[in-house]
Order: sequence, then C-alpha cells, then structure tokens
Amino acid sequence: MEEFSLMTILAVFEEMFGRGLFWAMVALAVAITLAWVYVLVRDRSLSMRKFLLAQLSMPVGGVAAVWFVLVMTNSSLRDLGGPIDGIVLLGVFAAGAVGFAILVYVVQSLLRGRPADS
Amino acid sequence: MGDIDKLMASRRGFLGLAGAGGAALALGGARQGQAAPVRTNARILILGAGAGGAAIANRLSERLDGAEITVLDGRAQHWYQPGFTLIAAGLRGADYAVSATERWLPRGITFISEYAAELDPEASRVTTTGGQRLDYDYLIVATGLVLDWDAIEGFDLSMVGPETGISAHYASPEMAEKSWHALDRFTDEGGVGLFGRPATEMKCAGAPVKICFLAEDIATTKGNRDRCEFVYNAQAQNLFGVPVIHHRVRQIMDERDITYRYEHVLRAIDPGAKTATYATPNGDVTDRWDFINVVPPQRAPQVIRDSGLAWADRWTDQGWIEVDTQTLRHARYPNVFGIGDINGVPKGKTAASVKFHIPVVEDHLVAEIAGAEGTRLYDGYTSCPLITRVGRAMLVEFDYQDNLTPSFPGLIAPLEELWISWLMKEVALKATYNAMLRGRA
Ligand SMILES: Cc1cc2nc3c(=O)[nH]c(=O)nc-3n(C[C@H](O)[C@H](O)[C@H](O)COP(=O)(O)OP(=O)(O)OC[C@H]3O[C@@H](n4cnc5c(N)ncnc54)[C@H](O)[C@@H]3O)c2cc1C
Repeated sequence: MEEFSLMTILAVFEEMFGRGLFWAMVALAVAITLAWVYVLVRDRSLSMRKFLLAQLSMPVGGVAAVWFVLVMTNSSLRDLGGPIDGIVLLGVFAAGAVGFAILVYVVQSLLRGRPADS
Repeated sequence: MGDIDKLMASRRGFLGLAGAGGAALALGGARQGQAAPVRTNARILILGAGAGGAAIANRLSERLDGAEITVLDGRAQHWYQPGFTLIAAGLRGADYAVSATERWLPRGITFISEYAAELDPEASRVTTTGGQRLDYDYLIVATGLVLDWDAIEGFDLSMVGPETGISAHYASPEMAEKSWHALDRFTDEGGVGLFGRPATEMKCAGAPVKICFLAEDIATTKGNRDRCEFVYNAQAQNLFGVPVIHHRVRQIMDERDITYRYEHVLRAIDPGAKTATYATPNGDVTDRWDFINVVPPQRAPQVIRDSGLAWADRWTDQGWIEVDTQTLRHARYPNVFGIGDINGVPKGKTAASVKFHIPVVEDHLVAEIAGAEGTRLYDGYTSCPLITRVGRAMLVEFDYQDNLTPSFPGLIAPLEELWISWLMKEVALKATYNAMLRGRA
C-alpha cells in the first residue's frame, strides 16, 4: 500500500460497510463498552457470577464471529494456508469472544438490576 | 484519553465530510503535513473517469483552489473491473461492478458526458464526440484501453453464454455474468476448457490465469474434475512475465493437472465446429473446445493513437502514450500526463498501479503550478491478487525490475496461497478501490 494511515483504514472500512452502517457499528460497540463501564461503576465490583456466565459464553461469540466471516467471504476452514491465516482466524475468534462476553455481562447486569448488598 | 480525543477529532472530521464545505478541511487533516491548496486558474482537462480519471479529479480538486477542472467520459456507468473475475466465477452478480460515473466525481468540476473524438497536443485542444472544443493548459490522459474483439476472427460478443460455451469476462459486467453461466454449464457437463492471453500488453495479466484456476476449482468442488480438461495457452515462453511468479504458477498448474502451452496466441474461433485456431512459431494449430475464455488483444483508443502522443518506435501496433517511466509526464508534451492502462511503460496496467500513479502525477502537476518541481517517482509497482481457488490467493506485487515488492513483508508471503490474500481481494480490494476513487487512499 502506498500510504497507510488511520484515515486510510477508516476510509476503507467506510467503503466496505457504507458510511452509515460502519459508524452505527462503531457507535454500538462504544455504547456496549460504556454500558459495561457504567454497570461496573454502579455495582462497584465485578460480579463473579455474571462474569462466569460471560466467560462461558465466549466460545459461542468466537465461533459465531468465525462462521460469519467465513460465510461472508465465500471461504471455508480448508482455505487456511499459512501462519498468518491462523493468526487472523484467532483474531476473529478472540474479537467475537470478548465482544460477546462483554455483551452478556452487560445484559445480565441491566436486566437483573443492582445486586442486593450481601 | 489523548487517543480518544484524536479519534473524536478524526471522527468529527469525517462527519464534516458530509457537508461540501467540510470536505477540503477534513481531507486536509487526513494527509498530515500537506500544504494548503495552491491558488491557480489553470485549465485542467482529464480524459476518462475510470479508476485513474475519477481519482485524480478528486485529488486535484482538493489540492488546487480555483482551477478549472473538466472531466470527459461518455460512459454513464463506472465499472469496477477487478470485480469481473468474481462475477465470472459466480460469486457476485453483474451489479457488483456497476455504479454511476458521476457519483465518484467531486463538486466544483465540470463533467461532460462525451468522449474525446480528436486530440491535438500541439494546439492543446480536444474536440468531443458532441463537437465541443476544449482548450487546456494541462491534459491528463486516463482513457484506459480498448479490447480489440475484432482481432479474433469468427468471434462476436453476442456469442457469449452457456449455449455456446464462450466466455469473455473482460468485456463488461453483463458479459462477465454470461461468462459465468457458460462456465457453470461446462463444469457441470465436462469437456475441454481453453484459456489464454493475447500477445499485446494487457490489463491485469494475472486475470486469464485466475479464471483458469477458478474454473478448475469449481469443477473440483462440484465433483466433476475428472470429466474436465483444462488447457492454458500462454503467448510467450512463460506463464507470467515476472520469472519468479512464472515458476510458481507453473508449479501450481502442474500440481492441479492443468495443461499449459507456450507461444500459442488465439487467432480465430469457429463457434459452430467449436474449434479455436492458435498462431504458434510452427504455424497454426486448431483445437476443439467445449468451453473457451477469450481475452482479446488490447490497444490504446483510436483517438489517442491518432493524436501523436503514442510512442513512434515501441508498441506501434498498440499505441500506448510516450510518458517518462518514472514521472509519467509525456516525453514530448510536458503539459500532458498519463495515468493507468494508457501509459506506455513496461508494467503497471492494474488498478493497484493506478493507486501509485496518482500521487506521482498529482505531485508533479501541483508542484509545477506552484512554481516548483515535483519529486515523487513511480517504480513500476504492479499488483494483482492471483486467485488460485475460491478462498485462496497469492498477493503478488512487483516493480519494473521484476523484484517482488510485498506490502506486508514478513506477514503476507507473496508466493504462498493464503486465505488472507483472498480476503484482500474479496473484501478489502473494492473498498480500497472506492476510497482511491474518492481521493482518500
Ligand atoms: C477481468 C479484469 C480483472 C482485473 N483484475 C484486477 C485486479 O485484480 N487488480 C487490479 O489492480 N486491477 C485489475 N484489473 C485492471 C484494472 O481494472 C485496470 O487496470 C484499471 O481499471 C485501469 O484504470 P484506468 O483509469 O486506466 O482505466 P479504466 O478504469 O478502464 O477507465 C477508463 C475510462 O476512460 C473512458 N474513456 C475511454 N475512451 C475515452 C475517450 N476517448 N474520451 C474520454 N473518456 C474515454 C472509459 O469510458 C472509462 O470510463 C482487472 C481488469 C479486468 C478487465
């Protein structure tokens, strides 16, 4: 690539999804992260029960993310050809897993409200 | 926090883009350290609004203040040609590669929906197909090339489709889709498939190889590989002009039992008898086919060939313009530049090369207008994600010296069949291309 700047990467992502959808997705990710920070601050602790369920849901998020990418790009696992492909796939899995875990944690916290002081 | 500030600032910059007034500001911020727009009243004429024409129009309208920029292109549709390969392999519909030409052009310029019919570089004047006379101070030639279908005896574009088994995906998005139906049927029913490339310079020299690999892969996936035979006809004594890539392609063809022949140039086809005639050093050879992919000789548009801009002693049957290989400025008319396929340079007929032509022409033109001298040089960079099957590609990039010039050295191996290289072609290439058209990549 000729020039690789943050702006180039953002421009490419905007073209990929369309400007509206791309920024809507960014906004959603930011909103979920902010909601997570909010419930952490509100509850003043990380609830181990919610955290456990969130962790257990990680593989689901990871597999879903990998499946989504493979379907969207007409590829299959047999197409992995070198180490970089494995790394990319792990990255997709990790992003899906972490994102989904945070989502699960936040949804539990918001649905169940503040824990009783016990 | 600092990072978040930066992100917010850039994001605001982007939102500002939506408003016309904000555009220059936001983009100015994008390219750090770039000088303020240069004031001028120069008349700049751009021939063609394809990959090169649209992109340079956007860059110049940002870099120059007050310039009279005119873009000439008679085709209302813009074609994203790298997508033709995906269409011809049944992975996308024809509309994937089609958009409105005007959509990519900046505001504040003049777009004339006509072709150049006459070009007189002595008088610095172009006459359009509608008879308008346009005088210019600077001319940028970005007309791309024309496909010389008539050079293939017996062939006509109306023949393309599943009934005949003829494929011609270079022609247009619609023809690429018809070519897919031909390929789909061939890989269902089996038979002999012929592939190959012309003896002239051509755009994306990897594309004829890609469609051959894709066809073989599709037949394999359908479980019909043993009923199909694949023959690739190279025009020279190699399968690709860059030696190291030639060897790799040959190796893959060997592995996948694809027959290849050197110095076989398609001369004529007989759709009734289903035969093709190739010119070879030992005379004509005629073969039977059930499927044939036709890629014709490629030349400069007639108006360019008649203009006196072409090389007098090189590519005389093709007519590419005589530009300096590094500055892309015309050798005899210093107020003329070339971008893209039309350039008479040894490599560089890809959209990826256009991306590297743009900053060079932009630099030399804007510098001259500002009373200075440009410094950026084009090194022959050419790239083509060489698809080897659905899901894998090799990201081959090279320069004038036949050196490999990987963009991601140590990360993405150029001669390895990788999924990530496929992702680049399948997902990132069109987005990068579009960003380039807008002058943002
Ligand atoms: C099947 C196929 C696959 C390809 N795959 C790849 C790939 O994977 N990667 C890659 O980088 N590149 C690829 N390319 C090549 C790439 O599309 C071209 O190199 C690129 O589009 C060249 O840009 P350009 O501006 O020179 O020409 P174009 O994009 O072709 O635009 C030329 C424009 O000029 C206009 N024009 C023509 N004559 C006149 C005239 N007389 N007056 C005014 N306007 C005129 C035309 O209407 C057209 O709009 C592929 C091409 C094909 C056909």
